[in-house]
Amino acid sequence: MIGFWTLFYKEVLRFWKVAFQTVAAPVLTAMLYLMIFGHVLEDHVRVHGIGYTSFLIPGLVMMQVLQNAFANSSSSLIQAKITGSIVFVLLPPLPYSAFFAAYVLAAMLRGLMVGAGVLLATVWFVELQVVAPVWILLFALFSGALFGALGMIAGIWVEKFDQLAAFQNFLIMPLTMLSGVFYSIYTLPTFWQQLSHYNPVFYMIDGFRYGFFGVSDVSPVRSLAVVVACFALTSLLTLALLKRGWKLRT
Amino acid sequence: MIPAVSVVDVVKSFASLKALDGLSLAIEQGEFFGLLGPNGAGKTTLISALAGLARLDSGSIQVLGHDVVRDFRQARRLLGVVPQELVFDPFFSVRETLRIQSGYFGIRRNDDWIDEILHHLDLTGKADANMRRLSGGMKRRVLVAQALVHKPPVIVLDEPTAGVDVELRQGLWQFVRRLNSEGHTIILTTHYLEEAEALCNRIALMKQGRLLALDTTANLMAASPGASLEEVFLRTMQR
Repeated sequence: MIGFWTLFYKEVLRFWKVAFQTVAAPVLTAMLYLMIFGHVLEDHVRVHGIGYTSFLIPGLVMMQVLQNAFANSSSSLIQAKITGSIVFVLLPPLPYSAFFAAYVLAAMLRGLMVGAGVLLATVWFVELQVVAPVWILLFALFSGALFGALGMIAGIWVEKFDQLAAFQNFLIMPLTMLSGVFYSIYTLPTFWQQLSHYNPVFYMIDGFRYGFFGVSDVSPVRSLAVVVACFALTSLLTLALLKRGWKLRT
Repeated sequence: MIPAVSVVDVVKSFASLKALDGLSLAIEQGEFFGLLGPNGAGKTTLISALAGLARLDSGSIQVLGHDVVRDFRQARRLLGVVPQELVFDPFFSVRETLRIQSGYFGIRRNDDWIDEILHHLDLTGKADANMRRLSGGMKRRVLVAQALVHKPPVIVLDEPTAGVDVELRQGLWQFVRRLNSEGHTIILTTHYLEEAEALCNRIALMKQGRLLALDTTANLMAASPGASLEEVFLRTMQR
């Protein structure tokens, strides 16, 4: 267990030492989204009977949780691989399960810290209701963990920073932006509505939003089942890659 | 007595290149063992396989009786490896680096031993400096310190003096000799053959993944009277 806690501590310390870049900057980005979209659309759009700015906040929080959890594990691994410092975690007797848990938990923690930062910063703008805090917590934890694990796969897989950027720009960004952060999928044409149901991030945002307003596009139980299933699959894949030492051990 | 390291018929290929070609050898406990050969001889591949960084195609390696694949956790606990590349984590200070490395090996509150290592490697004054601010030679010494945090009985030094100045090199050898006299097995690869001649009790000469010669340093030298180890090395490689 000491090995696991040390790796977790190291991963947390790594992003905390540059918290201005890893925590404060994403909070500012979310605030800019909120100010621009909220200002333009607040008087024109209501979703499920909720004011647009209030509707937008949970989506922005979850988007930042996901993107930062992914960024943490992926950037840490690719950086360690490129600089060669990955040997420091490959030489010790760390079980691959500890390796997985430490990276995913640290990624989740960064995602949650950024998400909490966005929430704290936005309470000054609108009064946000919280109907079901347990759902909020469950969706935040599982979604952060899922994207932390996904970041591990990306970090193990890619060999250069531009490959990681492609992974982020062509997969993670579209999945998060087209998931209902800024809109309810029922405002979309039928084809895009149906397509959105194949995007797991849609369920994360929708279920998370349910915790605040008690209304959602699909049942929160169904959303949680999708998120937990995706997390389980991603975790199994990550653990299998670590066990084989794929792209880590020659 | 169980050998410190036992290598049995190991084969490792990278595409069409055979980096290790049926190599077998045993290194006894307490030896100061030299692993010499030209670039591409397979020294680093052998060390990587020993450390679990590379997977063998066939054959097996044991560290003090523990298989590096089947019983990897115990084998890695018994091994300290100084990698050839000058690698470091730019986020941390020297002391943080060593505390973290101790933790990976399951050791908490290791500061007494860390202070001792820092003292012997002349790094005490740099304990709180960020790794990025160290010179190449100092970074190399931190790598040595990282390999020693868990007091491994078997220490592998893969070209540890590359880029290290003469004074620091002498200090490093003095410390490594002391560790060897205390019972640690030392496995050294180096291109500085005079260092191997002065330090190693036994030497293996490798070429293209195979063992060309394995004997005590004295016997290798006696076979070519008046020759230096460099001359013995060159003659063996031309066979």
